[in-house]
Amino acid sequence: MDWQALWLSLHLASLTVLLLLPLAVLLGRWLAVTRISGLSLIEATLALPLVLPPTVVGFYLLVAFSPRSWFGDLWRQVFGGTLAFSFEGLLIASVLINIPYAVQPAQRAFEAIGNELREAAASCGMSWWRALFRIELPLAWPGILTGMVLAFAHTLGEFGVVLMVGGNIPGETRTIAISIYDRVQAFDDAAAGRMAAVLLLISLLVIAATLLLSQRIGKRRG
Amino acid sequence: MTSRRMILAVSLVLAAAFAPAAALADDVPTIAAAADLQFALTDMAAAFHAADGRAVKLTFGSSGNFFRQIREGAPFQIYLSADEQFVIDLAALGLTLDEGDLYAIGRIVLFVPDGSPLQPDGELNGLKTALAEGLVTKFAIANPEHAPYGRRAEEALRHAGLWAAIEGKLVLGENVAQAAQFATSGGAQGGIIAYSLALSPAVSSSGSYALIPDAWHQPLRQRMVLLKGAGDTARAFYAFLASQRARKIMRGYGFVLPGETS
Repeated sequence: MDWQALWLSLHLASLTVLLLLPLAVLLGRWLAVTRISGLSLIEATLALPLVLPPTVVGFYLLVAFSPRSWFGDLWRQVFGGTLAFSFEGLLIASVLINIPYAVQPAQRAFEAIGNELREAAASCGMSWWRALFRIELPLAWPGILTGMVLAFAHTLGEFGVVLMVGGNIPGETRTIAISIYDRVQAFDDAAAGRMAAVLLLISLLVIAATLLLSQRIGKRRG
Repeated sequence: MTSRRMILAVSLVLAAAFAPAAALADDVPTIAAAADLQFALTDMAAAFHAADGRAVKLTFGSSGNFFRQIREGAPFQIYLSADEQFVIDLAALGLTLDEGDLYAIGRIVLFVPDGSPLQPDGELNGLKTALAEGLVTKFAIANPEHAPYGRRAEEALRHAGLWAAIEGKLVLGENVAQAAQFATSGGAQGGIIAYSLALSPAVSSSGSYALIPDAWHQPLRQRMVLLKGAGDTARAFYAFLASQRARKIMRGYGFVLPGETS
């Protein structure tokens, strides 16, 4: 059992969720109410990671992270290290590919609130931020939480992108999913089996927790 | 969910996010090694740890992929390639401390899993007959595009005049350890893999093998090198790899060592 890899995965998933939370709230809220033209194009762009093969995302990120690209070069000048095959690079990749998992449920939750309530809050003199925290978030949080749980679980399971931009470095980029692959190649079926079982159990718990949560919310509302 | 449980869940996520990713030991270098060293280098790292007390982290893969990763700035401190050209190219790019050292010459074998209709013989006559009779539907080698052992396998198959017949039946491993994984799984009727892997108990217990004549392919001249940024532990391990102790382990896995003959 590669505890280091499991811990690295949990660490990566937690940081991903923390970075995505404000993005999901603000972007989800904006997408729910905006009427700008080209909205479909924006939504399609944000949903791309759902349908793109991980190798395509991985390839573009690898090119972007390379010190020969302007982004990779800028990063190196500011932070001193290279992004490819580092934990920071993995985190950036993880946040990007989880945007649709986090933002879409939040957007649906904000859409469900309805504009009457927002207008009522505004006519009562509530500021935008006050209405967000007092009216909208208390109503939308189950959707936002669902997005966070999905992003967390998806990060634990992501393989292709991590393999391409991470490169299987113990303690740095070897996540639990990569470690299973690594153990299979080392003919260590026993370790691979144990880790696969742990990941199966965690995934089951996460899904069960989400279902339980949505049931309770349903009951409370019903 | 009660608010208390909610707080618990949130604090767990926060704890995982802000705790350090790993217990950071001071100087534990990461070593990128060709997949044929999967077992030999693991043994050598254990011997180094027992003798010296310091540890190294090993990552195995295809030499070609590591070449690319190191060029993109991957933080490895030692690179053990199965093809010395990659090391020479990295040296030309200024990414290594020097041109490194030749550490072994690899051999390839025909591996046949138990229950396969193939007979393992190094001259590949059994493979030729089985191909003609349509008994071979899948045959595993490492990807010749970037894995040195895959290139040598292709050369041997071409030398035997079997390439055209077998090309459509090849399953390509990302590296030679994955090719060995394919070959031992029984999903393929056989494969050409590294001798060093065939000698390991995990592989040899699931089938039989025969050495392919080394005149049938370009030599697998394997070179190692210290990369820019290598620390003291990496340098000590690099020196250990040239020691008699390490050479004995390499010999045990079927490698021909520089200055020795098979």
